[in-house]
Amino acid sequence: MGNVVEIRDLHVSARTDSGRTVEIIKGVDLNVGAGEMVALIGESGSGKTTIALTLLGHTRTGCSIRKGSVRVAGRDVVAMSGAERRRLRGRQVAYVPQSAAAAFNPSQTIMDQVVEVAKIHQLMPMEEARQKAIGLFRALALPDPETIGLRYPHQVSGGQLQRLAAAMALIADPEVMVFDEPTTALDVTTQIEVLRAFKSVMRERGMAGVYVSHDLAVVAQIADRIVVLKGGEVQEEGATEQIVTAPKHGYTRALIDAFHPRPHEAAATERPGPETPVLEVTNLTAGYGAIGRDGRPEYLALKDVSFRLERGRSLGVIGESGSGKSTLARAIAGLLPPAIGQIRMDGVELGRRTKDRSKEDLRKLQIVFQLADTALNPNRSVGAILSRPLTFYHGTRGRECEAEVDRLLDMVRLPKALKHRLPPELSGGQKQRVNFARALAARPELILCDEITSALDTVVAAAILDLLDELQRELGLTYVFVSHDLSTVEAVCDRVLVMYQGEKVEEMPTSRMKSGAEHPYSKLLIASVPQLDTGWLDGLDRERASPGAEAGR
Amino acid sequence: MNALIARLVAKRLGIMLISLLVVAFAVFFATELLPGDVAQILLGQAATPEAVAGLRKSMHLDQPAFLRFLYWLGGLLTGDLGRSYANNREVADLIAGRLANSLELAFVTTLFSVPIALTLGITAAMFRGSTYDRLVLVFTVSVISIPEFMVATLAVMIFAVYLKWLPALSVASDVEGLGELLRIYAMPVITLSFVVSAQMIRMTRAAVIDTLDTAYVEMALLKGASRRRIVLRHALPNALGPIVNAMALSLSYLLGGVIIVETIFNYPGVAKLMVDAVSTRDLPLIQSCAMIFCVSYLLLILIADLVAIMANPRLRNQ
Amino acid sequence: MTTTASARKGRFGWHMNAVGIIGAAIILFWMVVAIAAPWISPYPVGQIVDFDYYGPMSAQFWLGTDYLGRDMLSRVLMGARYTVGISLAAVAIACFVGVTLGMIAAVVGGWFDAILSRFLDALNSLPSLMFGLVVVAAVGSSMTVLVLTIAVLYAPGSYRFARALAVNVNAMDFVTVARARGEGTIYTIREEIFPNIIGPVLADFGLRFVFIVLLLSGLSFLGLGVQPPNADWGALVRENIGGLSFGAPAVIMPSIAIASLTISVNMLIDNLPRRIRDRSE
Repeated sequence: MGNVVEIRDLHVSARTDSGRTVEIIKGVDLNVGAGEMVALIGESGSGKTTIALTLLGHTRTGCSIRKGSVRVAGRDVVAMSGAERRRLRGRQVAYVPQSAAAAFNPSQTIMDQVVEVAKIHQLMPMEEARQKAIGLFRALALPDPETIGLRYPHQVSGGQLQRLAAAMALIADPEVMVFDEPTTALDVTTQIEVLRAFKSVMRERGMAGVYVSHDLAVVAQIADRIVVLKGGEVQEEGATEQIVTAPKHGYTRALIDAFHPRPHEAAATERPGPETPVLEVTNLTAGYGAIGRDGRPEYLALKDVSFRLERGRSLGVIGESGSGKSTLARAIAGLLPPAIGQIRMDGVELGRRTKDRSKEDLRKLQIVFQLADTALNPNRSVGAILSRPLTFYHGTRGRECEAEVDRLLDMVRLPKALKHRLPPELSGGQKQRVNFARALAARPELILCDEITSALDTVVAAAILDLLDELQRELGLTYVFVSHDLSTVEAVCDRVLVMYQGEKVEEMPTSRMKSGAEHPYSKLLIASVPQLDTGWLDGLDRERASPGAEAGR
Repeated sequence: MNALIARLVAKRLGIMLISLLVVAFAVFFATELLPGDVAQILLGQAATPEAVAGLRKSMHLDQPAFLRFLYWLGGLLTGDLGRSYANNREVADLIAGRLANSLELAFVTTLFSVPIALTLGITAAMFRGSTYDRLVLVFTVSVISIPEFMVATLAVMIFAVYLKWLPALSVASDVEGLGELLRIYAMPVITLSFVVSAQMIRMTRAAVIDTLDTAYVEMALLKGASRRRIVLRHALPNALGPIVNAMALSLSYLLGGVIIVETIFNYPGVAKLMVDAVSTRDLPLIQSCAMIFCVSYLLLILIADLVAIMANPRLRNQ
Repeated sequence: MTTTASARKGRFGWHMNAVGIIGAAIILFWMVVAIAAPWISPYPVGQIVDFDYYGPMSAQFWLGTDYLGRDMLSRVLMGARYTVGISLAAVAIACFVGVTLGMIAAVVGGWFDAILSRFLDALNSLPSLMFGLVVVAAVGSSMTVLVLTIAVLYAPGSYRFARALAVNVNAMDFVTVARARGEGTIYTIREEIFPNIIGPVLADFGLRFVFIVLLLSGLSFLGLGVQPPNADWGALVRENIGGLSFGAPAVIMPSIAIASLTISVNMLIDNLPRRIRDRSE
């Protein structure tokens, strides 16, 4: 059978702000057979979305197809006229966007937008289109399929919108579906439902598809074939099973390796005895809004959380968005004053706000944020950023300070020359290292890490985690590690604390995470994390289907 | 209408009232700084001290400034605007006819400039980056950067001096027939329209471009929608709020423009009255005219704010 | 996105196109004129040099003569001093006060921010030309009054602009880190906030300068700005408005001078390097 999609020697160029033209896709070939799902995988800037959009004859502002052909069902999209491309879009090739929340027009009902493709291309009577849409809603396991279409986009949840976007794409029975990171913005427990819905619909209809993602584990569940991209070029291409189990190219191997972190070894030996914990949190309650009569704020983000953390250990705090895990870090740092409860460091109670804490207390506890882009002042050099805490806490100045900055850069494995650069000139990984070095500059005892690897590409994140582990052993640091990514927590933490809707649901040693979770939510959360195993999702479904079987093995 | 919108609207109204108070306070005390005894000025140098004292008392001039502010505010609310120092006539009478003239001018200008500005603004946004768009931008930037009196003098030069189509001055007293009316209004309206529509085009264009840059417009494109459909069905309904908001805001530029335009064309409106009052230092008249301007300005801003609230689909379809 | 006519790399490592450079050159020209006016004027400003009033442009009087037969070129050059000088002083005061208060309000927040914002918003809702009229009517017109009145009228706008920018920067993690470190308000404003809003603030400074030039010209045109015998560009138009009906250069030239300055500022700002301008849009 012939290929539905054939891309040959595709070159796409983009114009930068300063007017230069750079090539972002450098001669890519791609085939998608009938009924085949091909995944484009790579990190940000690899050109995966750009390639996927060319299937619809679309390039984003400033980009243009410079050379090559993109054949869909035998016809070259590049050579098409504007009117021909319009006929192709939505009808032959359909698009499922990354953020459905933004891709739905806020002032139209969902149904109007779902059937719009049928209307534009005059495919069927409107009533028939509506019935078909309701059928699709049902197939995608959406709640209230009969009436959900009458709502406006802001009235349904993110996971539902993502499935509604798929219904919008499927309405015209296209020949090719393009999925652009459709689950990236979702929580893991939602992601699994969306993935499951996509997979069953695609399988049922035998449609061809292109699935763009940065997440190898997600792709392993849904794709037949994987194309690994980097810098606008194909690195490796092969069947999903082969890529996952026997990668040939060095870059692919690095991607896979990053997925199997070395299990964390307890840094300090088990020392029995009643040692004072570095951090002790008791009945912490915090939130936003007016304080009520019982001393609780109107909107609670954190309810009655308690835990202890021994020196040299690291505690992972996991949960989905809205679980209160970041609020916990902020409350400990004194950025969000708790309404009730105590925070003790080395047995001494800390003030509720940073203002109420001594410089020494502030020094001992440092916080590192998720996005190094916003965590580093773009207008100060790396050297200035690192020397500020040195001067502020320790009064180090001049040559001594310079030397100390060099030492810090060395500690996080960055070249000394970097200290004269500004943050925007650094790569994502370098920025996060500087971000971490700034915390180290205070010579802290405890570092709160708020999702520090979430915004990084897998390979880069793995290197940062290794560094963290190493520094912990060298310097005897204690970490609180907030993350939504369980494998990250697994790589660095001794214990995990599961948060759900502001409450601590369960706490356990990391080693027991996969097998020993007791609370139903922890089980669900842990089981929802995609595994780098092509049969994981199907296996999970089988377990679900058989009554009495325990989810998450 | 739902509770959330009602609350936001109430908040806006409250803010408007506070602003109005501050403005009234500022206007009153700015004019209070005027040196000299008002009663003396009114009665002239020949007046007896008793007469001056009597007038001072009846005008509450012997009381503290803050009390007088309250009296004045009370007068404003009950329509008692005081008497003109210059000719001792009721300020309300002086203003009434002039206000109608000014409103006429503003109305005709709005009627004239809104359709033009909307068309130019929306089309410029639709064809962003084209030569047409750039021409529109150059035009608006130029008009915004030059003083109103320059637009007015240029208009006179072109239409009255060189083309001799229109008279340079407008006098609204002896109007005979539609042709005459048009000739009288033409020059002030042309000038004001230029100034106001330049603002309006710029803001409308920005509002439409904002919606054209959204993910849902890209999604509509990827569904195969035509440019027409994208703009009419997806961009405009969402840009409507911002556009009306932009129009209300740009109309507030009328207020600055009208002062210059009425002066230069000798148009008998409130602004001309106020400029004349300034030269004779006729305080009650200045205060009242200033309040009229501030109230209309605040009303326009209020409308702009309210439209922005109403137009938010998330609030509307709660 | 506009196609740049010719882009070249500047000293600061960013690009500026030809239109921006022309704008900058004209601004610079008027600055120099404002300073050097008395030395480069061909005739003394007040001297009647020609019997012919509203004289045409000639080799002797480049821009013609005014209603008294004085040399227009000299008067326009001298007018630059008032227009540019007063506007620059007013915009400097307005932006300094506005930006400082705006940053403090953004960082400190709470009631300080709430009260200040309410008050300045109300002040912002005064139509500027009208309020200028009222003040001038009340206290008369002098340089000091003009500068201060205009500064008061434009400071709230500058405050609002700077505060909005500062609020955005203040929400960034690096400011949170500074706060967690225990840094004080002054350090936070000076080192973390200010360097990150300076670009847009400068662009705003330019736009505000344009509005102030227009307001000042408007006031002078109404006879309420710079008082005779001195004359800024707006007052020059007023003096010579009698020549309008026969198209004398004396009416048009001062207007052209104003337009050349204000349009240049706009040209410069619109063509500022993206890096500086981006956050201001």
